[in-house]
Amino acid sequence: MNSEQSPGGNEPIVNMEKVNKHFGSLHVLKDIDLEVNPGEVVVIIGASGSGKSTLIRCINGLEEFQDGHIVVDGNELLPHGKSGKALQKIRTEVGMVFQQFNLFPHLSVLDNVILAPMKVRGWSREDAVEIAERLLERVGIADQAAKSPTQLSGGQQQRVALARALAMEPRLMLFDEPTSALDPEMIGEVLDAMRELAREGMTMIIVSHEMGFAREVADRVIYVHKGEIAEEAPPETIFDAPADERTRSFLSRVLQH
Amino acid sequence: MDVTFQFDWAAAFSSIPHLLPGIPWTLLISFGGLAIGFVIGIIFGLMRIGPVSWLRLPASVYIEVFRGTPILVQVLFIFYGLPQILGGPINALTAGIAAIAVNSGAYISEVVRGGVQSIERGQREASLSLGLSRVQAFRYVIWPQAFRRMIPPLGNQAIISIKDTSLFSVIGVGELVRQGQIYIATTFTAMEVYLMVALLYLAITWTLSLLLSQLERRGLVGQ
Repeated sequence: MNSEQSPGGNEPIVNMEKVNKHFGSLHVLKDIDLEVNPGEVVVIIGASGSGKSTLIRCINGLEEFQDGHIVVDGNELLPHGKSGKALQKIRTEVGMVFQQFNLFPHLSVLDNVILAPMKVRGWSREDAVEIAERLLERVGIADQAAKSPTQLSGGQQQRVALARALAMEPRLMLFDEPTSALDPEMIGEVLDAMRELAREGMTMIIVSHEMGFAREVADRVIYVHKGEIAEEAPPETIFDAPADERTRSFLSRVLQH
Repeated sequence: MDVTFQFDWAAAFSSIPHLLPGIPWTLLISFGGLAIGFVIGIIFGLMRIGPVSWLRLPASVYIEVFRGTPILVQVLFIFYGLPQILGGPINALTAGIAAIAVNSGAYISEVVRGGVQSIERGQREASLSLGLSRVQAFRYVIWPQAFRRMIPPLGNQAIISIKDTSLFSVIGVGELVRQGQIYIATTFTAMEVYLMVALLYLAITWTLSLLLSQLERRGLVGQ
């Protein structure tokens, strides 16, 4: 489980085996098996409440699980949140973008981006600023670096959140419904930034309702139904010829409009 | 009843120089006590919501006891009661500061708890997802935001504590009310003097309110 691996090797970067999670009497995740390989883009779809967000939140330990195991980049997460140092290590290697952006409103855009590299990686301010400016440039926010995040539009905030996560130079990026809180006209700019990231070879696990985006960028689409992985397949298969009745029914409901 | 009572403005104004020596005592007890109360409030407020479960009960007990009993009883207990245990007298100034400290500490604990709990969960999750430790997440992300939200209720508590120091005239601290009482004992102009005493409290508390609203207007407070 703890074998050394080289970046880009054949070992999966995420390996979940028989992961189960309960919220009281509610069985939220049922025997989840999931492997994600370096460079892969996986999009998770499913109805709200199906457990898809919970699933990716287990990968960086924001949610505990009760049994099974999860190995992320060679570090093993243990059930009941007893992972200790491995969890810390995983979180420094795994970035996350949230539905509600979760930028730090008391810090400037630039300070949002450099906080973790300085405090966690121990970089000097100059080094952190240099990388932050490059990342902000890349997501098209360079001219807003000194502003408060509260002065930015939703789409801009989400792009800052992306730059903030990327500043830690993660090996894997998790996206938890990154466009669900955005006004329709701002969804495109966030998806464009994600598309570019995918092109550059970032490993990404994305929970999303954007089916068109999923079809375009995903290497694999996973349909989660009531805490179970009901079907996983390349996007063409899932969207054009779903094998599972539950997938068909879900897609017919979301693709109607 | 003396129906021909005439408010004596001259007596009121001439009392002011006799009352002013009370102001440093009032301020010393208030702000000395509040400074300690703030430290107590941070410690007990965080104990109450912190990750260490066995620290929560003592914090709750402290808060309930000192919020649930009158501050007059607390200061009498400290000034007259504690010396019986300690075997020596406590001076009135120390007793006054201690009473404000433990009393405001209980309220400030709740202000701290409320401030920290008001920060959206996503702030902590984003911090942890970036690899910050729980302590770093608190120090760099949660606390700075919580503190800004705490300033208005802290100002409120400061105003309450300043007024509470008036009760300490009973243990003989030379604060504002005590100075008024001493002066009235020789002039019998209670109406005039207590009005001036009231106005001096108002001058202190109003100044504080203005300072706080300045902070709010500059956007340094709240969210």
